[in-house]
This record gives sequence, structure tokens and C-alpha cells, in this order.
Amino acid sequence: MNETTSISTKEVDTPTTEHHAHPTGISRWLYTTNHKDIGSLYLIFSFVMLFIGGGMAFMIRAELFQPGLQFIEPEFFNQMTTMHGLIMVFGVVMPAFVGLANWMVPLMIGAPDMALPRMNNWSFWIMPFAFSILLSTLFMEGGGPNFGWTFYAPLSTTYAPPSTTFFIFGVHLMGLSSIMGAINIITTILNMRAPGMTLMKMPMFVWTWLITAFLLIAVMPVLAGAVTMMLMDIHFGTSFFNAAGGGDPVLFQHIFWFFGHPEVYIMILPAFGVVSQIIPAFARKPLFGYKSMVYATASIAILSFIVWAHHMFTVGLPAVAELFFMYSTMLIAIPTGVKVFNWVSTMFRGSMTFEAPMLFSVAFVVLFTIGGLSGLMLSIAPADFQYHDTYFVVAHFHYVLVPGAIFGIMAAVYYWMPKWSGFMYNEPLAKLHFWLSFIGLNLTFFPMHFLGLAGMPRRIPDYALQFADFNMITSVGAFLFGTTQLLFLYIVIQCARGKGEPAPQRPWEGAEGLEWSIPSPAPLHTFDTPPKVD
Amino acid sequence: MSQVHNSNVPNYYVPHQSKWPIIATVAVVAFIYGIASMLYSSKIGEASATPSWIMLFGLGLTVYMLYGWFSNVVQESQSGLYSPQLDKSFRLGMAWFIFSEVMFFAAFFGVLLYVRTLSIPWLGGEGAKGVSNLLWPNFTAHWPLLNTPDPELFPGPSATIPAWQIPFLNTVILVTSSFTLTLAHHALKKDERNKCTLWLLTTVILGIIFLGFQVFEYQEAYNHLQLTLSSGIYGSTFFLLTGFHGAHVTIGTIMLAVILVRIMKGHFSKQKHFGFEAAAWYWHFVDVVWLLLFTFVYVI
Amino acid sequence: MLPSALSHCLRFLVSIFALFLSFPTMAAWELNMPKGVTPISETVYDLHMIIFYICVVIAVIVFGVMLWSIFYHRKSRGYKPANFHESTLVEVIWTVIPLIILIVMAIPATEGVFAMYNYDDSEVDIKVTGYQWKWRYEYINDDIDFFSTLTTTTEEIHNQQTKNKNYLLEVDNPIVVPIGKKIRFLLTSNDVIHSWWVPELAVKKDAIPGFINESWTLVKEPGIYRGQCAELCGKDHGFMPIVVEAVEQEQYDLWIQQKQEETALRLAQAAKEAAQTWDMDRLMASGKPLYEKNCLACHQANGEGLPPVFPALKNSPVIKGPISEHIQIILHGRSGTAMAAYAPQLSDSEVAALVTYERNAWGQNSNETVQPSDVTKLR
Ligand code: HEA
Ligand code: HEA
Ligand code: HEC
Ligand code: CUA
Ligand SMILES: [Cu+2]
Repeated sequence: MNETTSISTKEVDTPTTEHHAHPTGISRWLYTTNHKDIGSLYLIFSFVMLFIGGGMAFMIRAELFQPGLQFIEPEFFNQMTTMHGLIMVFGVVMPAFVGLANWMVPLMIGAPDMALPRMNNWSFWIMPFAFSILLSTLFMEGGGPNFGWTFYAPLSTTYAPPSTTFFIFGVHLMGLSSIMGAINIITTILNMRAPGMTLMKMPMFVWTWLITAFLLIAVMPVLAGAVTMMLMDIHFGTSFFNAAGGGDPVLFQHIFWFFGHPEVYIMILPAFGVVSQIIPAFARKPLFGYKSMVYATASIAILSFIVWAHHMFTVGLPAVAELFFMYSTMLIAIPTGVKVFNWVSTMFRGSMTFEAPMLFSVAFVVLFTIGGLSGLMLSIAPADFQYHDTYFVVAHFHYVLVPGAIFGIMAAVYYWMPKWSGFMYNEPLAKLHFWLSFIGLNLTFFPMHFLGLAGMPRRIPDYALQFADFNMITSVGAFLFGTTQLLFLYIVIQCARGKGEPAPQRPWEGAEGLEWSIPSPAPLHTFDTPPKVD
Repeated sequence: MSQVHNSNVPNYYVPHQSKWPIIATVAVVAFIYGIASMLYSSKIGEASATPSWIMLFGLGLTVYMLYGWFSNVVQESQSGLYSPQLDKSFRLGMAWFIFSEVMFFAAFFGVLLYVRTLSIPWLGGEGAKGVSNLLWPNFTAHWPLLNTPDPELFPGPSATIPAWQIPFLNTVILVTSSFTLTLAHHALKKDERNKCTLWLLTTVILGIIFLGFQVFEYQEAYNHLQLTLSSGIYGSTFFLLTGFHGAHVTIGTIMLAVILVRIMKGHFSKQKHFGFEAAAWYWHFVDVVWLLLFTFVYVI
Repeated sequence: MLPSALSHCLRFLVSIFALFLSFPTMAAWELNMPKGVTPISETVYDLHMIIFYICVVIAVIVFGVMLWSIFYHRKSRGYKPANFHESTLVEVIWTVIPLIILIVMAIPATEGVFAMYNYDDSEVDIKVTGYQWKWRYEYINDDIDFFSTLTTTTEEIHNQQTKNKNYLLEVDNPIVVPIGKKIRFLLTSNDVIHSWWVPELAVKKDAIPGFINESWTLVKEPGIYRGQCAELCGKDHGFMPIVVEAVEQEQYDLWIQQKQEETALRLAQAAKEAAQTWDMDRLMASGKPLYEKNCLACHQANGEGLPPVFPALKNSPVIKGPISEHIQIILHGRSGTAMAAYAPQLSDSEVAALVTYERNAWGQNSNETVQPSDVTKLR
């Protein structure tokens, strides 16, 4: 990336005075049009949701600590599983990445703000409301959604609790927010780049977000369509997912996964971008194969539209469909492999140091690859007949999501925190946070592979005796990993409150890019006049 | 409000704090929450008036918000704060929004395709999952689906809407309206205001006529053909597609009507009239959806 | 300090992989997929092992290179960074090699798919229907039809009794199949989607309401094979196991005969009982266990249900209303709800006992009794 974004610092506008008298108090946050404020709001929101979703994981793991029912009833267990999945996916990972995009995309492309700042505020503020509605269902008569985050019909239609209506509208609101957020990001990237920053000079994080935003705009409406049809089946007597009227429950799954599979790449592509920024910085060596990284990301996105039915190998697809989706899924390993190889080559013969962002990124590469390889195993249709709906799948997706998406977010927070707050975080504590997380998460999720292979189905509140040992290990790991995040909270708060070394303009020796050409903390308004990039 | 212009590069206008987004949030949330509560309480059989008040409040606030927010934008635009770059942002935003709508309809067309080529033949005993017919021995596959697998739960319609009557007329109306809209656009570009107003008015009227026919058709379907939302998958897909299309025609008509008012007020210029174009793009998109709909829902 | 910690952790990972590698010898630990007892399960197992080893090799190479540079190419060792950042040649190489690997994997996988989809020439056809939360098995050619439910006691589940060896994996009526014969399953569901899974047969197929999925197996060795429902199907998804007993052909024939006789006997018994007039005590005494076995999961022991999804029966309008309607609901269920039709599972006297029980239990004491003949009329 070095030459691609080398900048002539002279022309960079580093405003020292505020243009607007800046409002304070609650109205600052309610009325804001500032990408940095909105970015912070997203990140804080996501962090809060992480603790709520994590609290639900705690309950799941407490119940599964031993065989037998001890703490919660099956009905409530299902609600926990469902809400945990929904919150982690829609309330933690997606908003965190949107928050990062809000903060960093304008800084990285030299834009004064997002393209549509007012809509940006709107996108954010819908989220807390949407999730309040979603969470409130837990307190309604009959309980909250209990049909898994994949809400397969007819369990989620005819057989669902009445609160499902609120769940549906919650998803609608959230989708509205995501679509508007994505439109904003895509417009910003396409239209607001500083003069001279051609597409192929954009930092990888911006590239991955451009493609992610495209995926979001393409699939969130499909999800909206799916829940709309659910709503109609529940309230208006339609029969989309009911064979008695000529519909098909499996149709729901096709629509859901047409959204759902691209969704998982929505959760990982920005993390790819983050890691592609961080590894070169700490290897002090340009990113290997920038162009192929871009093409690989685009290929992953395109392929993601034609692989959805690998989640449905056991629903009784015709054999040709089975084969088609198996082959197309396997193909995704190639562009993803290109990315992994490029990261390794970037490290190769670099001059590496291992500050917290780099530690998280290195762990990302290793553990994401493990998760990717188990994904590849899942894509082999005949084998998936054994893996499907077992803890092997749970292991797979936590490996790509926790050390994947979540580690990507944590790496990004450590990497850019000095720029946001103007202070360095506490490095020894951050390293401790990393190691405890690393150990905790492997302890949690690695044994799940064994459980799945040995035959433990997912989404069960109680299990046969032969699964007891590994479940106990997993639960212990989960408590370790979870409590460790309190440390993360502490580090971040300390840093935000200015307890730490003041951060220089460019705290990382090898870091490149426009965001390091402005002071730390980044002033509220940056690049009022666009910088020139050559 | 605006940035200090201190160089020749026109600055990108970054609006100052605004109350509209948060009002918009409250409006939309109240509206949706109200609808959800209405459906919820009817489901559990506890009728109450509060939900509908919440919904109406949301709706009212939405209207207020749209008016306020757009007035704000129009003002800014009229006072020349918008650079060509900002104009491009609006264009991109609108284009990607329409793309999201395309995907929304794509999902529904996907449903139609799926039931017609896969699930109904399977239930009728054909194809890869034809054994399923064992469960529905009296069912045979056909389209339009007049007999559902379980006629007790989902009594089928007695007939379907013939394509070459009102639907065809509606096709002609919508296609014509796309033409009249283009004529209005050309007129605007030549600054022929009266002509523009006339053509735009024609377009809006055509839109309203279309909707009128649609309402008539729905009444026909419900009252004479037993073609309803609950008459099996034919009715479900029919009303899903035509209903959401109709909703979009409604929104499009309102958008065009607003533009019409603005034209009459003398807004827009020969070169700069993005508001007009955005509404026009939307209208053309709605038109294209109809053509697909006419083909796959009515004709084939 | 840090580098050694990092290498430690990577060594830890590698050793876990090594552990993984020694799988086959550790079958007793239940770390790996069971090899199973059918041609398909063996195919799947082999496929699983091939891809697994390929993945391990890839991981070792990738992580090896990475580890090596992490170890040697670090600033603290004074290593100066190189400046290369592109090479079309290596990019092509590492696109093509994975492609070749994938093709190598795809070939046996494709064969596996075709083998799984070959339902022809079956000798036994069993229709499997998922219910919330039990399985129904119909031997299509032999007129055998029965339900199979979990037998683990609530006390065991709630830790008030020690759990037995087959905790949660035991049922009242296992299905019995002959070894060495091709058996075809026709899977469907009465309510939501379930999935019929027995790991050792490598059969997992979703049971979709309104549709029929096919699957097949050919068991090579006699034995008892246990499985579970593998698709979230509501509250008791974790409590609807499957037990398959594979036996020699003679034993199977015997079982079929037995089952048929049992059925005939049961029908005769039911007819006899239906002709009798039952008094309150007898109705209540047989109603209680029937209720606990069949209805408790939803309507709860105290009859208060889990509203609003599972309605309370105690003092409900149906229970207070006309008896015939009450009987109808139990016999025919309510379509489109979890309330299934119990006509195929319960005899007239059983329904009569249930209705009586529901009208008199939980302190309702309506004093109404229902006779089997009342049920016969409505069946
Ligand atoms: C961030 C999220 C994320 C990501 C990135 C992925 C990535 C992949 N996933 Fe995963 N997946 C999920 C999230 C994700 N998944 C979730 C949430 C579920 C469960 C949903 C639910 O049911 O609740 C799921 C489920 C799931 C299934 C369904 C399992 C089942 O229910 O039966 C399958 C099946 O094919 C699958 C496959 C894959 C594949 C092939 C990839 C590939 O993209 C991986 C590619 C990466 C690699 C292969 C590693 C690196 C490559 C190399 C080192 C190159 C060399 C390699 C070779 C040539 C082999 N995933
Ligand atoms: C990004 C997504 C993401 C993330 C980060 C996680 C994180 C975790 N997940 Fe989750 N998980 C999913 C996505 C995710 N999961 C999805 C999509 C499903 C499928 C759902 C479905 O089947 O429908 C799933 C399902 C799932 C299951 C299977 C449930 C089942 O099948 O029944 C389990 C079981 O162990 C589990 C565990 C965990 C654990 C222990 C963590 C840990 O990493 C969590 C760590 C905890 C914290 C970070 C919070 C720390 C909080 C505190 C310290 C505060 C203490 C708490 C209170 C005060 C209340 N998850
Ligand atoms: C899988 C869950 C389930 C099981 C098991 C079950 N029921 Fe039900 N039952 C329901 C549901 C759900 C309803 C509500 C149906 C509706 O919405 O109309 C219901 C309704 C009823 C009603 C009508 C109550 C009313 O007020 O509407 C009666 C009577 C009844 N069940 C009796 C029984 C009996 C007797 C059994 C056992 C033989 C049984 N049920 C087993 C789920 C179940
Ligand atoms: Cu039946 Cu899960
Ligand atoms: Cu997928």
C-alpha cells in the first residue's frame, strides 16, 4: 500500500480551529451529522450489545455446563439461543463495522464527512429502537422468538409465539438502518475520494467496505421480503410457506439463505480489510498483492450469491442442486486462500513487532483459517449430512465469527483508538486481554468440533452423557473469554478518558494512509478542503 | 451553516446539526410499532385503541418530518449550497436505493418462480420430490392454481383475472405515463414550464387511474372470484406482487405530485432538477416492475 | 517473553492438530465421527478423513511459513524489511494449486452424492413422520404403524435421579430393521420441520410438513443405533430421540409378526373396552398416566399450559363446553397448530379416559364421565 497512498503532507488540511460552535450534552448526539460522533455512537451501541448477547451466551453455557436441566427451561433456552445469534450478528458485528466505516472511511479517503450526513444519523438512531423492540419480546406473554436466528418457517409462523410480530418489525427497522447505512457508505466511497485517489489506490479497508456495502444493499431487502411473507402467513392467511396452499416451507430457507450467506461475508469482509491495514503496518512492509486482494474480495462477494443452499444440503434438494451448491461453495476457498497467502507473504521477510493490533491480526489469520477450513469440510455435501446441525457447525461459525469478525473489530479498535481519543491505550493490559481471549476462545470453541463429530446436535438444552466432558471445558472457556472482555471494557474506557500517553499523529511506525496525516485526536472536522493524493 | 469558502475548490456542504433524523426515527418507529401492536393485540384477542393511536401519531409525524426535512433540503438547494459533487451524492444515493428496491421485488419474483416451477409440480407428483403427492392424493399440479392441496384450509379461487382486459389496459396506462413523464422532462430541460406542468399533470393522473383500476380489480377478485390472500399460493403471490407494486405506484404518484407542485412554484432550473429526476427514475423503475409483473403474473 | 509466548501458543495449536491426527485410534474418546455401519456411512467417513487430512496439511504449511517468519522476521531481531509486494507468478500458483486440490476433493464427493440419492430397489419402505415431539413409523407394506417417544424420566432430566447410560437416547418403541436389506425412508412431518438423524447410519434428512423426502440405508451389522432430531422444532427439540434396532432377517420377520399380532390384539382389546361402560374411578385412573405421557409436554402437569402458545386446559372454554367438541379436538387436532390429531394413536377408551380426566382433574371436578362409545361415534 505504501506508494498507492503516499501523500503530500503539505496540501493536507489540518484544521486547528473548530468551524462550528460545537453543541454539547445529549443534543450533540441526537442531532449530530458528524461522522466521527456517529461512528462513536455505533461503536458504543455495539459494545453494549456485545455484553447483552454475551450474557445470553453465558446463560447457554451455564445450562450446558452439565447434562440435565438446571437453570433454565427448554423454552427459555431456545429464546436465549435465538436472541444470542440475532444480537451478535445484527447488534454487535454489523454495527461495529458500520461504526468503523463511519470513523475511518472519510479519514482514509480524505473526505470532509460522509456523503449524506443527516441520513447517517437516521441510520444510527433506528438501531437502539429496533433492538429495544427486539429485546422487549422476551418479556411478552409466550416469550420472545424461540426459533433460532434462522427462523425457519413454519416454526416461526404458524407455531410461533405472538411476539413474533414485533420480531418481524424489529428486523424491518434494522434492515432499514442497514440499507441506509450501506447507501451512505457506498456513495461516500464512490463520490467523496480526494483528488488523485483512484479506486485502485484506496486502502484495503475502504475496498472491503465498498464491496460489503454492495452486499448489504443487495441482500437486506431480500431479508425484508422474507419477514414480510412471514408476517402475511401469520396474519393474513397467505400460504407462502405452507404446502396445504401450494407453498413450501423450504422456500423460506431459500430466501433466508440467499440473504444469509452473503450476510456472513458482510460480517467478515470488513475484518479482512482491517487486517490488511494492520499487518503491513506492523510488518513494516507493503501489503503483498494489493490488486489480487481487491479481485479476491470481489470474487468472494460475487460467489456469495450462488452458494446459499449449502446450508440446506439435508432439506432434500434435487441431486443436481446439491452438486451445484457444493461446487460453488468449494470455489470460495480459492479467493479466500489468496487473501490468506497474501497476508502471510506480507509478514514474510517483514520487520515485525507485536503490539496488540498485530497480535489480534495474527491470531485472526490463524484462527479464521481454521474456521475457513472447517467451512470447507462443511461444503462437501455428503459429509455435511453428518455435520449439519451439530456442534461442528457451531464450532465452524464461531471460529470465523469470534476470532474472525470480533478479533478484527478489536484489532481495529486498538489500531485506531489513539487516533480517536488522542491517547495510547495501556499496551501491557491489552496484551493480557489478547492472551486471555485467545486461550479462552480456543478452550470454548475447539472442543465443539469434537462434540459435533461425536454427534451432539445444536440448539438443545440438554444432552446425552457422552458429551459431558467437552461441554464442561467449553463452558469454562466461555466464562474465561467472557469475563476477559470486562478487561477490554476497562482498557477502552481508560483510553477514552485520557488516561495514557498522548498519542502522536502517527503512533505506529509502519502505518500508512491519510488517517495518519491528521493530528491525534482527530479534530471534529477534517479535510474540509480535500487533500491531494498522488 | 455552510463551510467557509476559502479556496476555489467548491466545498462539500456538510450540514450542521439537524433535528430531522431523530424525528424521522421516532416517526418511523412509532408507525411501525403501532402496526405491530395492532396485529399483536388482534392475534391474542385483546383489542385496544392505543396501538392505532401510536400508529397514527407515527404517520402524522412522518408526514411532518418529510415535509420539514424536504423543505430544509429544498431551501439549501435553492440557496445554492449544493455543489455538483453533492448532486452526484444524491444521484448515487437514489440509484442505490432503487437497486435495493429491485432486490426487494426480486425476492418476490423468486417466490413466484419457485412455486410455479418447483413446489407445485412436486406437490402434484412431478419431478424430484414428486413422492410428496402421496400426502395430497387428490391434488394435481396446474397454474393458475384453482385447487389447492388442502381445499378446506385454503379454498382456491373460482377464476383468475384475465390478462387482456384491465391488466392490459393498466399496462398501456403505465407505459404511456412513462412517455408523458419523459416529455415533461424534455420540456423542463428546454425550460418550457407550461408544457412541463401539463405533461407531469398527465402522468400523475395516469398514475391515479392506474390505481383506480387496481382497486376495482381487487374488489372484483374478492367479491366475484374468491381470489383472496388466503386462496392458496396463487392468491398469495398475486396480491403480494401486485400489492407491493401498487404501494410503489402510490408512493411514486405522491412523489410526482410533490414535484408538480414544486414545478408550479418555479423550483428547479434547466440544468439542475435532481428532485425531478429522482422521482422520474423511481417512476420508470415502477413501470419496469409492472411489465415483468404483467408478463409473469397475468400473461404466462 | 512475548515471542516465546506466541510460539507456545502456536505449538499448542499444532499439538491439538496432532491430537486430531491420531483420531482413528481414539474412537473410544468419541472425538471423531463414527465410522458407522452402512456403505454410505463408510463413504462419508472416508470422505471426512480425506478432507480433514488435506485441511491439516494446508494448515501446517500456511501456519508453518507464518510461524517461521514470525520467529525470524521480527524487528527485535534486527531484521530489515524486504520491499517486495507483488508477483504474478506466485499468485497464479496459489490460485491453481488450491483449484486442483478442490477438484481432487470434488470427485469422491460427487460420487458420494449420487450414492446417497439412489433410492431404487428398496426392500423395506418405512414412512417416518415427525410430530412435536415424537416420531411415527409406518411400515408401508406390513400395516405396522406406531409412535416412538422418549422414555427418560422427568426426574432424571431434572437431576433428581441418577441418569442412566442411555440418558435422552431411549424410546418406548424402537424401529426394527433387517440387516443387509435396502431400506427406504419416506420422511415427512405433521407440524414443523424435524430432521431424522442416526449418525451410525449416516442418514440425516429433514422431515418437511406437506412434502416427502426420501432417504435410504443398508445396515451391515446388527445392533442398536441411537440418534436424535436434528432440526430445531420447538420446546422439546432436544427430547425426541431415535432408536433403530438392526436385526437378522428371521428376527425381523418375527418382530413384524409380533407387531401385527400386537396390533390386532390391541384393536380387539380396544373394541372390548369400548363396549364396556367405565366408571369414574377407572376413567380417572387410566386418564392420568395417559395425560402425562401424551399431553403434559404442552398442557403441563397442572393443566395450565404455557399460554399463549399452549393454552391452559383447566377451566378452558372447551373443557367447560360440550363434550363432543372436546372429543373432536383430541381426535382430529386443530390443523395448523401444534395440537395434533390423536385419532391414530389413542383408542376410544383412552380418549374417553383423557376427556374425563381433563374435565375432572386440577380441582375442576365436573363429575362428567365420558364413555368409549361416545368417542366411537365421533371418530
Ligand atoms: C464470518 C462468517 C462466516 C464465514 C467467513 C464463513 C465461511 C465459510 N463457510 Fe460458513 N457459516 C457461518 C459463517 C461463516 N462462514 C455461519 C454463521 C454458519 C451457520 C449458520 C447457521 O446455520 O446458524 C455457517 C455455516 C456454514 C455451512 C452450513 C453448515 C451446515 O449447517 O450444515 C457451510 C457449508 O458449506 C459453510 C461453509 C463455509 C465455507 C466454505 C466458507 C469459506 O468462505 C471459507 C474459506 C476459507 C478457507 C477455505 C480457509 C483459507 C484458505 C486457504 C488457506 C486456501 C487453501 C485451501 C484449500 C484449497 C482447501 N458454512
Ligand atoms: C458474531 C457472532 C457471535 C459471537 C461473538 C458469539 C459468541 C459466543 N457464542 Fe455464539 N452464536 C452465534 C454467533 C456468535 N456467538 C450464532 C449466529 C449462533 C447460532 C444461533 C442459533 O442457533 O440460532 C450462536 C450460537 C451459540 C451456541 C449454540 C447454542 C445452541 O445451539 O443451542 C453457543 C453454545 O455454546 C454459543 C456460545 C457462544 C459463546 C460462549 C460466545 C462468547 O464469545 C461470548 C463471550 C461473552 C461476552 C463477550 C460478553 C461478556 C459479558 C460479561 C462479562 C458480562 C456478564 C454478563 C452479564 C452481566 C449478564 N453461541
Ligand atoms: C405439541 C403440543 C401439544 C400436545 C402434545 C397436546 N396438545 Fe392440546 N393443544 C395444543 C395447542 C397448541 C392447542 C391450541 C390449538 C389452537 O390454537 O386452537 C391445543 C388445544 C387443546 C385443546 C383445546 C383447548 C382450548 O381451549 O382451545 C384441548 C382440549 C387439548 N389441546 C387437549 C389435548 C390432549 C388431550 C392432549 C394429549 C392427548 C394434547 N392436547 C396434547 C398443543 C398440544
Ligand atoms: Cu424434532 Cu427437533
Ligand atoms: Cu453460508
